[in-house]
Amino acid sequence: MLNQVEALGRWGIDSLEQLGRAGVLLGRVVLRVPNLRKGFPLTMQQVYAEGVLSLLIIIVSGLFIGMVVALQGYHTLAKFGAAQQLGPLVALSVTRELGPVVTALLFAGRAGSAITAEIGLMKATEQLSSMEMMAVDPLHRVVSPRLWGGFISMPMLTIVFNVVAIYGAYLIGVKWLGLNSGAFWANMQTSVDFHLDVLNGIIKSIVFGLVVIWISVSQGYEAEPTSAGIAKATTNTVVYSSLAILGLDFVLTAMMIGGW
Amino acid sequence: MLSQRAMNSFVGLFVLTAILGLIILAFKVSGLTSFLKPAGYDISAAFEDIGSLKVRSPVKIGGVVVGEVSTIKLDPTSFKAVVIMHIDSHYRDIPDDSSISILTAGLLGDNYLAINPMYNQTYLKNGSEIQDTHPAMILEKLIGQLIYKLSNPAAPNTATASTTKTSETNNANHE
Amino acid sequence: MNNLVEIKDLYFSRNGRAIFQGVNIHIPRGKVTAIMGPSGTGKTTLLRLIGAQLRPSQGEILVADENIHSLSRKALYRLRKKMGMLCQTGGLFTHINVFENVAFPLREHTQLTEAMIHSLVLLKLEMVGLRGARDLMPSELSGGMSRRVALARAIALDPELIMYDEPFSGQDPISMAVLVKLIRTINDAMGLTSVIVSHDVTETLSIADYIYVIAGGKIIGQGTPNQIDHEKAQQVRQFLDGLPDGPVPFHYPAEPFASDLLGVRLDA
Repeated sequence: MLNQVEALGRWGIDSLEQLGRAGVLLGRVVLRVPNLRKGFPLTMQQVYAEGVLSLLIIIVSGLFIGMVVALQGYHTLAKFGAAQQLGPLVALSVTRELGPVVTALLFAGRAGSAITAEIGLMKATEQLSSMEMMAVDPLHRVVSPRLWGGFISMPMLTIVFNVVAIYGAYLIGVKWLGLNSGAFWANMQTSVDFHLDVLNGIIKSIVFGLVVIWISVSQGYEAEPTSAGIAKATTNTVVYSSLAILGLDFVLTAMMIGGW
Repeated sequence: MLSQRAMNSFVGLFVLTAILGLIILAFKVSGLTSFLKPAGYDISAAFEDIGSLKVRSPVKIGGVVVGEVSTIKLDPTSFKAVVIMHIDSHYRDIPDDSSISILTAGLLGDNYLAINPMYNQTYLKNGSEIQDTHPAMILEKLIGQLIYKLSNPAAPNTATASTTKTSETNNANHE
Repeated sequence: MNNLVEIKDLYFSRNGRAIFQGVNIHIPRGKVTAIMGPSGTGKTTLLRLIGAQLRPSQGEILVADENIHSLSRKALYRLRKKMGMLCQTGGLFTHINVFENVAFPLREHTQLTEAMIHSLVLLKLEMVGLRGARDLMPSELSGGMSRRVALARAIALDPELIMYDEPFSGQDPISMAVLVKLIRTINDAMGLTSVIVSHDVTETLSIADYIYVIAGGKIIGQGTPNQIDHEKAQQVRQFLDGLPDGPVPFHYPAEPFASDLLGVRLDA
């Protein structure tokens, strides 16, 4: 019995230490004078690897999610004779919640796990160590571009997701289910507020992006340099990121609905 | 690995797509009409009860949107709700003896302000106040009035009529 | 004799286990110094201590008369540019080809033009005999070849000190001979100071100028190859001659075999 308590305590202290190290990592990467000449091309490479290459999954998911929400929403709204409200239903669900959250979850699964695996492998094959010995700080060369790349990519991916999802809903609602196109857009425009809905959603995606990339990079950097260690780190990235996204979503929504 | 140039081009395309998306979201989805406050003038009106009127609720004349609510305050001395509205500069000729009421859009919709134009030759301008105001219809008050009317169908204002009615109903109940 | 690296009274522990207990090593300039010992004695750790990737619990390490653990990050990085390190696995960057790998330190730390970098890279690759392989990716190289590329990268900035971490391990006889020749030739041609950490006795003894034998966290023998060859101490002899049993026992400490088999303590 005492062993279990001791193990629990040790786990708690280990987790705190892990969090602390991750915090120090973030601090060292963020709080420095950026070398724009060298850092810019590296960051662009990462925006490409994380953002552009994620576009396919984001667009396909956005399309399907928009279409499903429209289909489900229509059948429920039609019972109340409120089928005209399909536009606002989809637009508000997507811009406020589905857009930022689903994009972040997909991003964590695709780009986040890739980053963890990459950094973990660089550590295991002593690439990071040789970089350090060559007087090149791996934090600046490897970690920082990935962090900024994710930070920049996330809101852009969310915007693309939002647009594609709403367009998917338009396809289902107007072209298939026969709603009036003018009413669809007009009702949407009166219900969706740019500052409260669209911009808040984008703010959420920026926060999620930062958290996901931070977790990915820390897990990769601290991974044990064995194949089992890297597998564990990659799994952790996806799990912790997902939990963090959903938890933060709740916190941010509460703050936003209260009218911060 | 693509060359740096190809990569940069794709990233540029990505950013362009995102900006385009943002514009679509702004104008087609959320109906943002302008970032700046459109030219116009402010008028005010005091209400007993504004119901669920909010800032940015529309102001309409005959169903057409002519402005929106910019501020809602409580007058500390008269305890009336003071609503300040921003009216579009296109609508310069609203008579200053017009009345204003708070209506509901549809059965379950939000509240909005409807100006009922009257006949004066002098018009509302910046800082004018509309005197003739009708408060929002609160559902609970309506129900209360309805119940009262139902239990006193004839002349609800005379006391004798009500007592006669009450005794008649009581006799009817005892039989 | 000018010592490039001086290790004074070094104590270092990891996870509660003492790795070094009072080690003194001098690495003279321009010579090849070898540090040998059984596996697990922390030879790689020693190199990382010299490179200031780890901190000692006690004692100090001076490189070019400067205590490296008291330097600021910037000063440390400046010092590291004068050091080259060859890791056990080579540590090549897998996403860029051989040429880019060798050019990496040049691009990071100098403002040379592309043309100059091109010439320098070809020079270094020529020194290790891999100029023709410059467009290959690291995944296409054999183990020996990737080590030679890593060597070319380590000497790209013309360092003063170069450290080799187990350069001969797992190499076939030909690659081993190539590496042996390279280490000695480069050391003499470029006036480098080389530190080799290894447990390949024959190869190391053939090129080293001075040898330290470490076991159990202490130095158990040191001297020129000739002196070491004639060393009488049991521990050193077991290591040099490759004897399976001696001061380092064959059996890991355990209960008497009979009692283990029978499941009872016979001397109870």
